[in-house]
Amino acid sequence: MDNKIALHLENVTMQFGGVVSVNNLSLDVPENKIIALIGPNGAGKTTAFNCITGVYRPTNGLITFMGEPVVRSHPTGKDAKNYKGENADKYAKESILSPTPDQITKLGIARTFQNIRLWKSMTVFDNVLVAKHMRAKQNVFSAVFRGNLHEEKRMREETMELLKEQGLDSVKDELATSLPYGLQRRLEIARALATDPKLLLLDEPAAGMNPQETLELADFVKEIRDKYKLTVFLIEHHMDLVMNISDYIYVIDFGSEIARGVPEEVQSNQKVIEAYLGVA
Amino acid sequence: MKVKKKHTREIAGIIILFLFVILLENISGVIPGMPAILQPTSPLFTVLKKAAVYSLVAVSMNLLNGFTGLFSLGQAGFMLLGAYTYAILTVPTDQKAQVYYLFGGCAFDFSLPDLFQGIFGNTGVGSAVSLILATLIALILAGCVAGFFAYLIGIPVLRLKSDYLAIATLGFAEILRAIFQWQKLGPVTNGANMIKGFPTFSSFNITDTTGNTILRLSTFVPFFITTVCIILIVCLINSSYGRAFKSIRDDEIAAEAMGIGLFKHKMLSFVISSFFAGVGGAMFAMYVANAQAKAFTSVMTYEILLIVVIGGIGSVSGSVLATFLYVACSEWWLRFLDSEMYLGSFKVPLLRNGFRMVVFSIVIMVIVLFFSEGIMGDNELNLAGLHRRFQRKHSAAKKERE
Repeated sequence: MDNKIALHLENVTMQFGGVVSVNNLSLDVPENKIIALIGPNGAGKTTAFNCITGVYRPTNGLITFMGEPVVRSHPTGKDAKNYKGENADKYAKESILSPTPDQITKLGIARTFQNIRLWKSMTVFDNVLVAKHMRAKQNVFSAVFRGNLHEEKRMREETMELLKEQGLDSVKDELATSLPYGLQRRLEIARALATDPKLLLLDEPAAGMNPQETLELADFVKEIRDKYKLTVFLIEHHMDLVMNISDYIYVIDFGSEIARGVPEEVQSNQKVIEAYLGVA
Repeated sequence: MKVKKKHTREIAGIIILFLFVILLENISGVIPGMPAILQPTSPLFTVLKKAAVYSLVAVSMNLLNGFTGLFSLGQAGFMLLGAYTYAILTVPTDQKAQVYYLFGGCAFDFSLPDLFQGIFGNTGVGSAVSLILATLIALILAGCVAGFFAYLIGIPVLRLKSDYLAIATLGFAEILRAIFQWQKLGPVTNGANMIKGFPTFSSFNITDTTGNTILRLSTFVPFFITTVCIILIVCLINSSYGRAFKSIRDDEIAAEAMGIGLFKHKMLSFVISSFFAGVGGAMFAMYVANAQAKAFTSVMTYEILLIVVIGGIGSVSGSVLATFLYVACSEWWLRFLDSEMYLGSFKVPLLRNGFRMVVFSIVIMVIVLFFSEGIMGDNELNLAGLHRRFQRKHSAAKKERE
């Protein structure tokens, strides 16, 4: 892994009350690679994503993006007393960084959701167009008094282009929720791409897909990685997909890392097999 | 090219509406012997004026409740702020002693109409210009004061969700009302008494030197102000920001993940909505020709909420349509329910003072239960679409006949 590190997690711990969902997780996501985070149900994968995207403030730990610290936290208040994780004092001297999800997206980290979250009352086109809002150069007054026509036109053109690339232009005027499941997933990815990300976080992109769709998705993820020069970090349950597309895999169980390595290594790792199949 | 064409049609429609309103209120002056309904004292004009005022407030509430998904019940409070700001700024200096007689005159003797009359003179065109300028600036300031208070209250309150936000904003409106009735603030707000003497809609009627009205504009003025404001709101809704508001309404978490700052956009919507509620409040003061905190109770907020629900949450034209229907019913068409009626010697049962409200409640229940979408749902009234639908029906009927 000689690429520059895009995303770096260091001792990230997320504790809800007495439950430690993510425990001392450290990992690296190098640029232009596809990295997977796998683990049995309830292992803390989505919680880890939520820590990265600012939905939760981790109880402890540091997250950097492109070398810059983005999230930094240490146990405070009630958590300080009940903290069960490790490295409690490691970040205590530094200030807490806890940006909101929109600030993180602005840095160039976009995500999709495990349970699809498209905007129901909007068309496919509008769903993507709204994601362009963040990077538009305008303010309320220019928007109301139509001083941003140029910007608006650019946003619409870019949206149309993106929809064409994703093969969604034929359904652009339909309600997002009226699309078939596979296309909804694709639209969610398109919407995430509209925010001009450098890092794309995919939360179970193949959930609910049949084997054929899953295969297509694998090619699709590789394709967008190359086309948009993205780094992809994904959570997945479909082992075929993960083994097929990942450059490197992290496996967690009960919040802690149990294995890491290239697909072949992980496949033959005894701990991973136990975690997935259970120990007799 | 296409866009331009569409806009010319809309502009033409608005101008026709304006001309129609002017014609309607002046026809009795031009052609004698018109039916009572067209006389200036007819309830028709009361309804039109009030509905014009209310439709602005309803649309502003719809911007917040229907388009941003923030369930706020503070509209009456922001209207109150607007009404008082307008009233305090525009009461002429020479009337202040009389208006504030209980408090020994007003705390500050500043008045926008006097200020402009000092510049443009107080006769003929000069007085007209100063009246228009004073009203315009007072209306904008009324909106700004309401918007400013919305910003202050928004900082703590907008972190709340749904019901809690409604309770907090409702409480805020009630507190404001109590503060404005506080005797200690009398020199500014005139305590629990009303402020009057400021320019109203009737001040815009053009009179000749003997005081006879030449051209009535008292219904046109609220129509004009409301139309301008609603156009601005529609422009906002159709802009990038409007789409961002809708995305917050549909799914906050997804909106935030796509880079839309929740707090910033909610605040924006809240302040803009309150700005127009403030302008609406000032217009309400012009309509009733006084400003009194007692009028801006939570009942007023509910009335407007009701209009929004009837019209369809998320539809501007629905809100406007519902306002005119609602105001016409409550002020005019259903008035007969409040008075006893005899058909020959038979006394119609149930009809008595207050029965109108009973009928209203039933209508509301029916709407909420069976037509929860309201008149328009979240669609907009579209003349071209109506025309097309009509044509389709027409051609279908034609085919059948053949």
